[in-house]
Amino acid sequence: MDIQDQQLVIKVVLLIGVAVATVLLTRSTTGARHQAIRRVTLALFVIVTAAVIIQPSLVSGIARAVGVGRGTDLLLYVLAIAFVWFLAAYYGRQRALNRQITELTRALALAEGRRENTP
Amino acid sequence: MRGADVAFLVPVFNEARVVGDVIAEALEHVGHVICVDDGSTDGSAVAARAAGATVLRHATNLGQGAALQTAIDHALTLPDVTYLVTFDADGQHQIEDALAMVELARTEDLGIVFGSRFLDERTQAGFLKRLILKTAVWVTNQSTGMRLTDAHNGLRVMRRDAAAAVRLTQNRMAHASEIVLQLGRTNLPWREFPVHVLYTEYSKAKGQSLLNAVNILFELTFR
Repeated sequence: MDIQDQQLVIKVVLLIGVAVATVLLTRSTTGARHQAIRRVTLALFVIVTAAVIIQPSLVSGIARAVGVGRGTDLLLYVLAIAFVWFLAAYYGRQRALNRQITELTRALALAEGRRENTP
Repeated sequence: MRGADVAFLVPVFNEARVVGDVIAEALEHVGHVICVDDGSTDGSAVAARAAGATVLRHATNLGQGAALQTAIDHALTLPDVTYLVTFDADGQHQIEDALAMVELARTEDLGIVFGSRFLDERTQAGFLKRLILKTAVWVTNQSTGMRLTDAHNGLRVMRRDAAAAVRLTQNRMAHASEIVLQLGRTNLPWREFPVHVLYTEYSKAKGQSLLNAVNILFELTFR
């Protein structure tokens, strides 16, 4: 097996991984506007990832263009930023969820209290 | 009864050992005791109900701030309640103090009366606790524009109109500063009143650890 064939294997594996993630992410349903933004982001992500998998030298090219020495460094930076971005989004969601649970629990407690205290 | 129009709001989380006595004693003096059981697992709700309190149950533990807000919401549905008193379940507050605070609110037509541990020398707090409480007072005063001598004191009297302006979103301990902020914004007349906080072995074991002050600072800063 020459080097091209070996790379083909990892390329296929990564592409399948991206495809599965795509299906999983598009299936969630919350808020039309939010969903549209997420789908566009996702489409971009798929295109970029697929392009990079097929043609790895693209990353190095982009890295040099923006002044980063190596493609792997660029990848690490983008990953770090994406992670923090995800954390922020997740935290916001978590807070909204906590607020909803509080409201729900309170409404339940108050309703129960009304029922018990009306003869 | 002089206190027929007074409701004690008592958030409870696993205090079955003491909550019954606190409620029974309070009911000798006031018309309503509203106990919010914040998801206790030790039969606190049963003890509170047996002692005669109105018990509301949170299906899951949300925190003292959330429990207080639920109690306020319920108290405001009762037309004969004029004064709402936030009162801790663990026996560290004195009922005489609470009643005296309500009387002060009545005679001076105040919207809010805050209890303070630092207006007289009765309360015995250790040096470290005192230091941290004083820091909390300073931070609260900075963020609320009020000039209180004690911030995280759970004993407060709110008249109906003041309580209606409270909408706590800090479920956990930072609600103590949040409630001061929201009450301050009502511009209703307020006073502080010297209270005695009894640090029993029980309340010490249950009470907030000093490390919790760090959490409170964070909750207030990054809300």
